[in-house]
Amino acid sequence: MKPEDYVEHVVDVDGWPVNLTSYRFGETFHCKADNVSPGAWLARESGATREAAEQKALDRARQLLSRTRRHPVS
Amino acid sequence: MSEYAHPETLVSTDWVAQALDEPNVRIVEVDVDTAAYDEGHIRNAIPWNWHTQLCDTVRRNILSKAEFEALMQRSGITPKTTVVLYGDNNNWFAAWAFWQMKIYGHKDVRLMNGGRKKWIAEGREVTTDVPTIKGSEYGALPADLSLRAFLQDVREAVDAHGAELVDVRSPQEFTGEILAPPGLPETCQRGGHIPGARSIPWGLACNEDGTFKSFDDLHQLYDSQGIDGSTPVVAYCRIGERSSHTWFVLKELLGYDRVTNYDGSWTEWGNLVAAPVERGMPLSSSAGAS
Repeated sequence: MKPEDYVEHVVDVDGWPVNLTSYRFGETFHCKADNVSPGAWLARESGATREAAEQKALDRARQLLSRTRRHPVS
Repeated sequence: MSEYAHPETLVSTDWVAQALDEPNVRIVEVDVDTAAYDEGHIRNAIPWNWHTQLCDTVRRNILSKAEFEALMQRSGITPKTTVVLYGDNNNWFAAWAFWQMKIYGHKDVRLMNGGRKKWIAEGREVTTDVPTIKGSEYGALPADLSLRAFLQDVREAVDAHGAELVDVRSPQEFTGEILAPPGLPETCQRGGHIPGARSIPWGLACNEDGTFKSFDDLHQLYDSQGIDGSTPVVAYCRIGERSSHTWFVLKELLGYDRVTNYDGSWTEWGNLVAAPVERGMPLSSSAGAS
């Protein structure tokens, strides 16, 4: 099988930039979410449509990102 | 444009596509996300799991020589096999595997430039079939610890200024604003960086498609931060995989002789009692702050 319809774009999730990468294997769309800096993987989800796969990945990424605390630096 | 110092350590996706059935080539996928392989992988590629197969699972350490030999044997790799590593996140853990293979003296190991991302983006064939591997005989060389930095080495680098420290984490991790990459668990007690370290995030070495930048661009990037190969370099990150990516760039692409990966990294230094820590971003110490 070949990956098709490869798309990458960056969205903002509660102040954190998140890179979404999605593509299709056959009838199933896959989506990977990573934080833009440093680029660490956060979530991988699949769905019948790109939107469904992206939404699931975003939901999981949001859940994980909500745990990250910003510390004052002075 | 200058050529990489060791161009033989890097192969293109085209090269791999032509080598899938070569009997002396073993292709190995090493991902941060260990489930990625099951989604679809390069035909005939085998997976290595960084959680369980590329470390000592009891002590915090890399593989022992015996464990490394056992992994090679299970993977059908002999000392003469050409091993091609690739993975997600622009080859983070593929570079980690590359570094360990060099520590144990494997001669012909290469990274697929651009990693899994480029292969997928190019729409190349993948499969969910797992190849059947026939075991092999493998004898590794004694560990070459000149490629690895331990805590004591880093302490000496800080105290005597005998080496340049390159912090390859994100600028926010470097300053201490966050204690781990966004969304990942905090695994240290303190944020900041090792005193004197330069902030040169690993990703600055990559193009948009995940491939490495040219020799000239890489040389400019590190040289502008005073990393020119004239002094030993210690690369570190949080747990040692991002810094093995930078170690690969400095050692194999730029050809600097004295480069070590401090795999203890911030999860060691940032948990030490009474260790010196700097916070914030000195104006002269960043290649990637924004």
